[in-house]
Amino acid sequence: MAATWNDVKEGMSIPELKKNCSTQQLVLWAAGSGDFYQIHYDKDFATGTGLSNIIVHGALKNAFLGQLVHDWIGNSGRIKSYGCSYRGMDYPNEDIVCKGVVTKKYEKGGEKLADLEIWTENPKGQKTTPGTATVVFK
Amino acid sequence: MPEPLITDEMRAEIGKESPPWTCEVDKTAIRMFARSVGHTDPIYYDSAAAKAAGYRDIVAPPGYLGTPVFNPNAPGRDMMRGGAQPSRPLKRILNGGTEIEYFDDICAGDVLTAKSHLAAVEEREGSIGQMLISTNKTVYTNQAGKVVAIMTGTGIRY
Repeated sequence: MAATWNDVKEGMSIPELKKNCSTQQLVLWAAGSGDFYQIHYDKDFATGTGLSNIIVHGALKNAFLGQLVHDWIGNSGRIKSYGCSYRGMDYPNEDIVCKGVVTKKYEKGGEKLADLEIWTENPKGQKTTPGTATVVFK
Repeated sequence: MPEPLITDEMRAEIGKESPPWTCEVDKTAIRMFARSVGHTDPIYYDSAAAKAAGYRDIVAPPGYLGTPVFNPNAPGRDMMRGGAQPSRPLKRILNGGTEIEYFDDICAGDVLTAKSHLAAVEEREGSIGQMLISTNKTVYTNQAGKVVAIMTGTGIRY
């Protein structure tokens, strides 16, 4: 069920979104996004640049966070802005858990708004992709 | 202290607008993008579902700002590597972050014109050594002349 304005409370967690990328998903993403940098699908190339393995595209984790927020509001609202920093690398076949917390609920310029802290977590519980989002409710 | 990476030529590029490029927003590309992320909402796959939800057509999922029109005969465009160069060559590139601000819906059938500029350059010492951090802003305008999104991207070279 999509969240509605009345459901939103500061400090509330939004439903988690769990991802775990196969190498196939990274190739799908390469095609879907147009990012064909080889560190994301060619292990020899990746290790040749000093990485320990293929890494998950930062922009894919950004898109996961977009899905996290979208799946929470559904058609009750729109994403006004969102973004994240790529602080830590994530690897294929490891859980990437997307999480979010509402930090502020407010009205401004006639719009019903909520700010969120959003992030991805690796299996060690580290926030590899911290970010923020603002959503506008209908 | 290592020699500064940022050159006067790089600073002079700040704020200069790139030539525009075209990004098409079409159904097949949206579906491919949505599928690669793992979206399940039918507004990203089905026109009727998108229209029922109040959109003009299949919706561009978060992070998708159209597909740049590929032309094998056009010169390459590479914001990260192109233009003024740092004081010593940097081989490696990491994506530092992405921020998107939306001003209107982006739907299948839209044709966006993108223009970008270097907004800032700075250097920092990190765990991977001396890093050059560039911030680029790209403004996306739709076929009706409306700015629909601004993307801020951070690139790290080291």
